[in-house]
Amino acid sequence: MKILTGNDLKTGQVVWWDGQGWSIHVEDAADVGDQADSILAREDAACRVNGGYAIDAEPDPAGRRVRPAHIKDRIRAYGPTVRPDLTLKPADPNAGTWVI
Amino acid sequence: MTVYKYDQYDHAMVQARVEDFRDQTRRRIAGQMTDDQFKPLRLKNGLYLQLHAYMLRIAIPYGTLNSTQLRKLAQIARKYDRGYGHFTTRQNLQFHWIKLEDAPDILGELAEVEMHCIQTSGESIRNISADHYAGAAADEIMDPRPWAETLRQMTTFMPEFSYLPRKFKIAVIAAEEDRAAMRWHDFGLRIVKNPNDDGAGEIGFEVYPGGGMGRTPFIAYKSSDFVPQHQILSYLQAVLRVWNRNARRDNIHKQRMKILVHELGEEEFTRQVEEEFRHILTLGTDFPQAEYDRIAGYFTPPPFEGGLPDEIDRSDPDFAVWVDQQVAPHKAPGYAIANISLKAQGVTGGDITAEQMEIVADLAERYSFDELRVAHTQNLVLPHVRKQDLYAIWQTLREAGLADANLDLVTDIIACPGLDYCTLANARSLPVAQQIAARFADPERQRDMGELKIKISGCINACGHHHAGHIGILGVDRKGTENYQLLLGGSGAEDVSQAKITGPGFDEAGIVDAVERAIERYREIRDPGERFLDTYRRVGMDGFKEAIYG
Repeated sequence: MKILTGNDLKTGQVVWWDGQGWSIHVEDAADVGDQADSILAREDAACRVNGGYAIDAEPDPAGRRVRPAHIKDRIRAYGPTVRPDLTLKPADPNAGTWVI
Repeated sequence: MTVYKYDQYDHAMVQARVEDFRDQTRRRIAGQMTDDQFKPLRLKNGLYLQLHAYMLRIAIPYGTLNSTQLRKLAQIARKYDRGYGHFTTRQNLQFHWIKLEDAPDILGELAEVEMHCIQTSGESIRNISADHYAGAAADEIMDPRPWAETLRQMTTFMPEFSYLPRKFKIAVIAAEEDRAAMRWHDFGLRIVKNPNDDGAGEIGFEVYPGGGMGRTPFIAYKSSDFVPQHQILSYLQAVLRVWNRNARRDNIHKQRMKILVHELGEEEFTRQVEEEFRHILTLGTDFPQAEYDRIAGYFTPPPFEGGLPDEIDRSDPDFAVWVDQQVAPHKAPGYAIANISLKAQGVTGGDITAEQMEIVADLAERYSFDELRVAHTQNLVLPHVRKQDLYAIWQTLREAGLADANLDLVTDIIACPGLDYCTLANARSLPVAQQIAARFADPERQRDMGELKIKISGCINACGHHHAGHIGILGVDRKGTENYQLLLGGSGAEDVSQAKITGPGFDEAGIVDAVERAIERYREIRDPGERFLDTYRRVGMDGFKEAIYG
């Protein structure tokens, strides 16, 4: 599956295209099929997201909807592995293992 | 306080720059500028877009800070970031969680304490680095910072140097011992006395152009034994002109000056520089002596007290260990240089919390003439402390988790932010550093191994200086998974050398084991007094390969 990600223009926060707008949770990411270019062009023009791009992802065996194929995007989705307290799931001790 | 103070021109220039960026940011958020238009403008103000947020890189010229500046950084960490900052291998500080909409206000707050982010990115002369013991070291000829500051002022905003073929890094030292990795810079300077004036003592520079790390590492070569100090700006201008004229602007991987030096050859590069140098000298464009004297006036030594005791009470054994490892000789009797480790077990090397910043700022104000230094090794330095105050300083550092005694030992690891933060990285470097540090956590084991410098980069750009590590580690992307190459034999010191790859790479767990096997091999075969690097140089790669790969 193809999903879209980028960084929020104002805050820099990592965001994922959920089909309607941008979410900070990768679990919300929607499969955009072959619509990536047109969505990114529209969103770029709207100045909401910086550096948007499409990535490969797969259904997540851990129960989340999607898992980015590349470790870089999994770290973007999770946060720095050396600072679990700064991630989106600071209370989940196993969240970091999802990255590797 | 003995550091450069902004004059009215500096204040006006930096403030104008803040307001320019405020307007540029407003227009970008309003949709009046595209990302392509805005990106070079934010980069010129040190604002990068990294994995999780914007990252702001703040210049700390020649690594010198005062307590007011460090307290301001603590305030910014709390107010705009997530309560911490990260010191880099270029003596700068980075905040990794910045919002674009806050960036102009942050620049405004930095300007209040005479700081900025200018030329911490882009194809310009980057923050000029220097020996972090400058002005304090017992072995220096003079304080190199007046010249670093003079070069900074001369080159900042100068149009000819603002659109260079690629970034350009300068380091200035004034001692035989190289604590600044000087020969890994595009333009390295060592302040020396004229070797040919029969002992008259004229001050000038040995010049080393053409160094750099990155994907194609080169050690700078010596192009001149002696350039008189009042001519050094002309010499720098000559070097930059030769580079500007010949650089491969068509290929980003060949634009650094080191590539040109390599392709032209040292002899031809030197010939062209000297020809250009002779021409520039006829133009009389060197810095006026009065201007240098004005700048040097800011760097007069602090009012050191006389008659201080030189002995240190070592009755507390833990304190004695810290003194032996962290304290360096000072030029003034009764004083010492105290190194503060930012490499405690379990923390991210080079990170410092806002609370720790304030504690260190208080120590600097109370005990070190309000001066602090950032080392390229991602540690801090109190440069001018009375030996009789060391125990009180150590007690405060210990309470703050800053009293590790591991300077230059196996756990004093340089590591770039790597794939945990950086868009360029291929692999994480910080967890590898933490795992190696944990493996060698036993302080006695560390001290038994002696000086052992491990340097880790998460990609070929080499921000973690892996080419200069006694043991270097380079993270690479191998079909979507992290892989780590092991290198041995590098040095960033006066015995400079480039590390060599041992062979096939390792996964994350494997690289820690491989490092341990290399170190255990060293312990088996070392001669008395030999450091790891000495043993490697004696026996070569073959002496380690079997132990590493079995």
